[in-house]
Amino acid sequence: MNNNISSNLSARVMRLREETFNIQPSLSIERALIETRFYKENYGKYPIPVLRALNFLEICKQKTIYIGEGELIIGERGPKPKCVPTFPELTCHSVEDLHILNTRELQPYSISQEDIDTYAREVIPYWHGRSQRERIFEHVPESWKTAYLAGIFTEFMEQRAPGHTALDGKVYKYGLLDLKERINNEIGNLDFINDAEATDKQEELTAMAISCDAAILFAERHADLAEKMALTEPNPTRAAELSQIAEICRWVPAHAPRNYWEAIQMYWFIHLGTITELNGWDAMNPGHFDQHLTPFYEKDITTGILTREQAKELMACFFIKVNNHTAPPKVGITAKESGTYNDFTNLNIGGVKVDGSTGVSEVSYIMLETVEALHILQPGSSIHISKNTPEDFLHAGCKVIRRGYGYPSVFNTDTYIKELTRQGKTLQDAREGGCSGCIEVGAFGKEAYILTGYLNVPKILEITLNNGFDPISGQQIGLKTGSGFNDFEDLYAAFLKQIHYFVDLKIHVSNYIDKMFAKYAPAPFLSLFIDDCIAKGRDYYNCGPRYNTNYIQCTGLGTVTDSLSSIKKHVFEEKRWTMDQLLKALSDNFEGHEVMRQTIINRTPFFGNDDDYADDIAVRIYNDLFDAIEGKPNTKGECFHIDMLSTICHVYFGKVTGATPNGRFANRAISDGTSPEHGADTHGPSAVVKSLGKLDQTKSGGTLLNQRFMPNMLKSDEDIAKLTALIRSYFALGGHHIQFNIIDTETLYDAQKHPEEYRDLLVRVAGYSDYFNDMNLDLQMDVITRTEQNSF
Amino acid sequence: MLVFDIKRYAIHDGPGIRITIFMKGCPLSCVWCHNPEGISSKKQKLYNKKKCIGCRACIAACPEHAITLTTEGIVTDSSRCTACGECARVCPTLACEISGSEYTTEALMQEIEKERIFIEQSGGGVTICGGEPLLHLEPLLDLLKQCGKAGIHRAVDTTLFAKPDIVKEVMDNCELFLIDLKNMDSEKHRQFCGVPNEMILSNIKMVAEAGHDYIIRIPMIEGFNADEENVTRSAEFLASLPKAPIKVELLPYHDIAKGKHEKLGTVYNPHGYAFAAPDIEKFHALTKRDFGKSILSYNAPESGQPKP
Repeated sequence: MNNNISSNLSARVMRLREETFNIQPSLSIERALIETRFYKENYGKYPIPVLRALNFLEICKQKTIYIGEGELIIGERGPKPKCVPTFPELTCHSVEDLHILNTRELQPYSISQEDIDTYAREVIPYWHGRSQRERIFEHVPESWKTAYLAGIFTEFMEQRAPGHTALDGKVYKYGLLDLKERINNEIGNLDFINDAEATDKQEELTAMAISCDAAILFAERHADLAEKMALTEPNPTRAAELSQIAEICRWVPAHAPRNYWEAIQMYWFIHLGTITELNGWDAMNPGHFDQHLTPFYEKDITTGILTREQAKELMACFFIKVNNHTAPPKVGITAKESGTYNDFTNLNIGGVKVDGSTGVSEVSYIMLETVEALHILQPGSSIHISKNTPEDFLHAGCKVIRRGYGYPSVFNTDTYIKELTRQGKTLQDAREGGCSGCIEVGAFGKEAYILTGYLNVPKILEITLNNGFDPISGQQIGLKTGSGFNDFEDLYAAFLKQIHYFVDLKIHVSNYIDKMFAKYAPAPFLSLFIDDCIAKGRDYYNCGPRYNTNYIQCTGLGTVTDSLSSIKKHVFEEKRWTMDQLLKALSDNFEGHEVMRQTIINRTPFFGNDDDYADDIAVRIYNDLFDAIEGKPNTKGECFHIDMLSTICHVYFGKVTGATPNGRFANRAISDGTSPEHGADTHGPSAVVKSLGKLDQTKSGGTLLNQRFMPNMLKSDEDIAKLTALIRSYFALGGHHIQFNIIDTETLYDAQKHPEEYRDLLVRVAGYSDYFNDMNLDLQMDVITRTEQNSF
Repeated sequence: MLVFDIKRYAIHDGPGIRITIFMKGCPLSCVWCHNPEGISSKKQKLYNKKKCIGCRACIAACPEHAITLTTEGIVTDSSRCTACGECARVCPTLACEISGSEYTTEALMQEIEKERIFIEQSGGGVTICGGEPLLHLEPLLDLLKQCGKAGIHRAVDTTLFAKPDIVKEVMDNCELFLIDLKNMDSEKHRQFCGVPNEMILSNIKMVAEAGHDYIIRIPMIEGFNADEENVTRSAEFLASLPKAPIKVELLPYHDIAKGKHEKLGTVYNPHGYAFAAPDIEKFHALTKRDFGKSILSYNAPESGQPKP
């Protein structure tokens, strides 16, 4: 338990926080049992959307209702906190999977033998061969499978539903009964004579109406339980709270919330509904929560029914709810690339309102304070900075960054608005947009933006250098684009051919999976909240949203840029060694080639140093990735775009990629997002952001820049002001996102083991000139353990 | 001019985000100097044993045959070494480096321009540091004037150990001085820094009388200047000046230079003076006096030893 938290948390929140910290994630088979029984009895009786809605209704009717001690915001997806249901209709865990989950060292999910037996008896036999995952793998071409298994790309949708969804403000204006009325109007207006799709629309709209009933029923059951608990609650204060909770659950989500507390509970029911219906990746996101809550907050403060402290306590209770919702356990390659409990609800704080004015309000500060005080894994948080964002807010955010939690991350609202309008969104819809999970942006409440998986660009270069052959898996997985390149352009042309080949392969399968979801796993409940699903009578997965976007996330820009820079300079320009010599060194993982490796590391222009030699290569690759992906049609009449993030996939990709020409050893992580290769940036953060600023980031759906900072760079308020200036400068250069990892002692030990990966660590001491890595060990330790901002 | 480092995102060398340019050569030779490679006005060879992989590339490249490989890494015969840089050019690991590169004003301006957006966003600028920049008046003035024309805020980090007319000329071409005040006792100053302090003190006075902006930095060193008497005299001196410094920064002692001496092949603190940073209590006791209208900043080292 972290002892670094602020003391300004209420006793209730402290207790709930401790609880959420200490609970170990477990698996619940309840949802799978309800669903399997339902499917056995009803599959084939109803149109698919209606079947899905009735299935959701059944779960809402039967699942265990949980209200924890002292909770103010209530509702769990499973029977208790951090107890995660399975979704066998998408991925049916085998008995072996369940055993592994129960016993593995990292990120275990406990499950009893009895439950495993029940699962084997009741669930697995039905879904075997029927789960979407199995059906997908039945279908995919062999060439895709080889590339997938070799780690050229990943596939998000093979075992979880496409998600990355964030909401706009409509759930605070309309209750589910209002939506149901609208749905019934739409059904009434269907034109069965002239509209060939009228029947499909009727089915989808009927499913949506059933979903409204399901969620209302779900809330009513919470009200029932709260009332019952109030009767026997010995503490009169808690009894009154429970009665109030019951009243709230009788009102929302059926109706629009009337106050701040109801507004949070309203969102929470919607959140729970969407992650119960399916297991969208990433979970769910309230969008601009501070902006949505502000009118309620202001009204409640004015009328005196809420204090700032109470508002903060409710916010903390909401945060803890999110933390209770551990990500559904993944299997296979997806587990390797994203083995985390985090389900990536990234709270957007700040930003702009739809009219363009700043979105920062008192609630924004309440959220920031909650982020700082709680320090829990979920939700993630980000501050959204526009030119018109008050400096005070950015400064407050940077003070939380200084704590070293790794969040909040910082987003450039002005840039992502341009990204979204470039893709064709209206300015208003773009302003309502933001980031939902990692760094990808979308128009909140209006868009299905589907992340389809990561592309391992350095691996594609590895394949290119080996004429389509993968030295790691020992298989021909790419095209035969030749070897013995005459010059750099020759090599680059082959690299581009391979990129196009793999991108197309990936798109082929992603489009297939998209169709599978549209046909077999629609999400009528989620569709309620995304414009214009109701108006179109179409599902979220079937062109219902106003905007339908697919992304491929390209990773390893730094690694591949530096690798090409190295080849260009040393092999083709200076002819220091031949391509064959380089390939030999790579296949030997540089063992016995230390002079070559050191020369590469120390004498190659690398990305992230404001050096045009390398930066021009990065820009070229970025633009070529854009050309390979942008505009490729998806199944919804729209298209694919690039996204430049890696989350934690760069670690997995590193493990399947051999040594690279930039001096990186096999197995080591490739560079993350659009960050420079670890340790390649040796000229400080300003040079890094200058390099990144050379990419036209508006062509992407997001870039990611991780920047490591030594704690001594952020000691004083003046240092913080300089950090805010650095951020503003990067954003003026068009940067999309930046986040700061504050180096801790543990990381420092790693730095001493792998110094070349940490050459970027700066110490900034008055009038002193040296790099951290050039200092001897004692001094390094001394620098980090001292508290002064100035030394000499 | 001979520059031994250019530091971007410098955040402790004056207001805002700055680019700091380190000029080689200094008339002082302070025992604790943390940039000892900045003292000599000539290029110097640095050797970092930690990085050396014993590849012998430097031995083959050295035109003077000055390098031999021993069990302790390479050894350079300093009587033969001309710091020509051939060893550094071929060294794959940068274990051999040459401290000091010739820069024209134009080349430096290009480097400075790279930081313009950060300078403008933060109210920063350029800081010319050393060594002692005033040792190289002509190129220094040329650079300062170019920065002035480019609208870039200029700070000069100096000992002020220079003739008054030189100080005056530089003062006319910069917005801010960062001035070290090491010891009020001239004899001690001479003993530990190699030169007496009279000229420095009178120059500080001149700067203050001219109404120029300046920051005073005092290294706080037990065993040199962190005693009752010297701190009192320093405070009295500063308080007596017609224009107070913008702030007084008190910088706790650090033996960070040890690593650099290793690379230079020289010995840190050869007389073995028992230097230390004063702890925070001692510091507060010392500084309960009027330093003029200045703002004090000091952060003592954490108590306890750093863990290995």
